Amino acid sequence: MSRIGWIRLAVLVALVALLEILVRTGRIPYKTMLPPSEMLTALVRLLAAGTATRDIVQTLTCVAAALASSVVAGFGLGVAIHRVPRLRRALEPFFATYYAVPFFIFYPVLIAIFDLSLLPIILMGFAFAVIAMCIATINGLDRVPRVLAKVARIHRMREFDTALLMKLPAAAPHLFTGLKLCVAYSFIGVIASEFILAPSGLGHAIAYAYNDFDNRTMYALMLFVMVVVITLNMLLHGWEQRLLKRWEGR
Amino acid sequence: MYPALAGYRPVHALGPVDLELRRGEFFAVVGPSGCGKSTLLEVMAGLQAPSEGRVSFEGKPVAGQVPDGIGVVFQEDASFPWLTVWDNAAFGLRRAGVAAAEIARRVGDALAFMGLKDFQQAYPAQLSGGMRQRVCIARTLVLQPRLILLDEPFGALDAQTRLLMGDEVLRLWRRTGATILLITHALDEAAMLSDRVGVMSARPGRFLDLVETHWSRERDSTIVSDARFGEVTARLWHHLRGESLKAMGQSGASVAARTGRAGT
Repeated sequence: MSRIGWIRLAVLVALVALLEILVRTGRIPYKTMLPPSEMLTALVRLLAAGTATRDIVQTLTCVAAALASSVVAGFGLGVAIHRVPRLRRALEPFFATYYAVPFFIFYPVLIAIFDLSLLPIILMGFAFAVIAMCIATINGLDRVPRVLAKVARIHRMREFDTALLMKLPAAAPHLFTGLKLCVAYSFIGVIASEFILAPSGLGHAIAYAYNDFDNRTMYALMLFVMVVVITLNMLLHGWEQRLLKRWEGR
Repeated sequence: MYPALAGYRPVHALGPVDLELRRGEFFAVVGPSGCGKSTLLEVMAGLQAPSEGRVSFEGKPVAGQVPDGIGVVFQEDASFPWLTVWDNAAFGLRRAGVAAAEIARRVGDALAFMGLKDFQQAYPAQLSGGMRQRVCIARTLVLQPRLILLDEPFGALDAQTRLLMGDEVLRLWRRTGATILLITHALDEAAMLSDRVGVMSARPGRFLDLVETHWSRERDSTIVSDARFGEVTARLWHHLRGESLKAMGQSGASVAARTGRAGT
C-alpha cells in the first residue's frame, strides 16, 4: 500500500477507535449509538442467523436491476443525444436541473400504478441513476479526440465498429465516473424507497428496527449497507485507477 | 469550399490545384498557416470530398472512402491509449483479417524498424511524443501502403527530434519504396526530406512553385550543411514570405470582421 493509503487507513481506524471510546465512556449515550465493535458483532450474528438474508437478497437484486438498466439506458441515451447537437442543446436545461427534483414525491404515484411490488423500487433507483450515466457518456464522448474518427475512416470502419472499438474505449475513463455514480445512486434510490414504504428489503428492515428501538439490528444493517457500497466503489475506483494509469501514464 | 456557418460566408480553402505525384517520390507541401495544406491532404486521402474537381489514386477515382493502399499519419497523437504498442501496430491488420503469423511478422518487423521493439508491451502514455508518433507510423507501415500521407507529423516535436524523425522517415521511404506526401510548415524539413517541394499560396491555397531539390536518394539530415540546402530553403522562403504576410493579414481581417459583426 502507498504512504497515502496507510495515512488514509490510520485516519479511518482512529475515527472508529474514537467513536468506540466515546460510546464506551458514556460520552455518547448507549441508547443513541452502539460502539463499532458491537455493530460488527451484531452484524456477524445477524448474517449467521440468516434472519436478514431475504431482505439483503431483495435489496441487492433491486440495486442490480436498477444499476444494470440505468447504465445501459444512460449510455444509449448519451450516445443518441451526443449524435444530435440540437437535441442536446434542448435537453441541457433538464440535465442541469434534474437532480434538483425531489424524486421521492413520485414514489406514491409509482406504487399506485405498479402496486407495492419491486418494480416501483427499481424504477426509483433507475430514475436516480440514469441521468448521471447519460451525462457522463456525453462528457466522455466530447473528449474523444477528433483524430480518432479520421483514423477509423482510414481503416474503413463502419459506424458501429467506430463506436465500439474507438469511441467506447477512448471514453472509458469518463464512463467510469458515471458507473460509480450509478452504483451510489442505485443504492440510494432503492434503500430510500424501501425505507419509505415496502413490505421487505434492507431499507424496510432498518426502518422497522428503528421504529422498534432495536438499535443492534438497525446499526448492524446500516454497517452492512455501508460496507457493501464502499467495497463496490473501492473496487470500481481501483479499476478506474488502473485504466487511468494506462491512459495517462500516471 | 467549406459551406457557410451561421453568420459567416463560405470559406474557399483550396484551389484550383493540379498536382500529379510521381510513383516513389518524396513530395512536400509548404505554405502559410491556414492555406489549405491539411485540406489538400484530406481531399487526397478521401477523408473529404472536393466541392469541384476530382482526385484519383492509381487511376481510380477517390470518392467516399479512403482507398486501399493509402496510409495517413496525423499531427495529433492518434495512438490508442488503451492498447499496447504491439496491439496499436496490429490494429489495422487484425481488422483486415490477416493471419496471426503474418501479423506477428509484419508488426515485429515494423516495430524493430521504428526502434520500438523494446517497448512493444508499453502503453502509449509511457512513451515520449516522438515515440508515440513512431507507433502511429508503425501502424501505417504494417499495412504496406503505396502512398503515405504525413500531415505535419513532427509538428509537436522539438527541433532535434524532428531532424532525427526526418532521418527515420527517409529510411522508411527508401525501404518501402512508397510515395510520400509530407505536409509541413517547416521549410528546412521540406528542403531536407523531399525530391520536390510544392509551395502554396495564402488561402485559397494554390501551388505557386514546384521546387526540385535533386538530392540523392541516400540523403539524410546531414545535407543541412550542404551549400545547395541553403539555396533550396531560400527559394522556398522567397515565395513564402509574401504569402505568410498575406495570411497574417487574412487572419487579422477575419478577426476584425467577426468583431465588427458582433458589434452590429
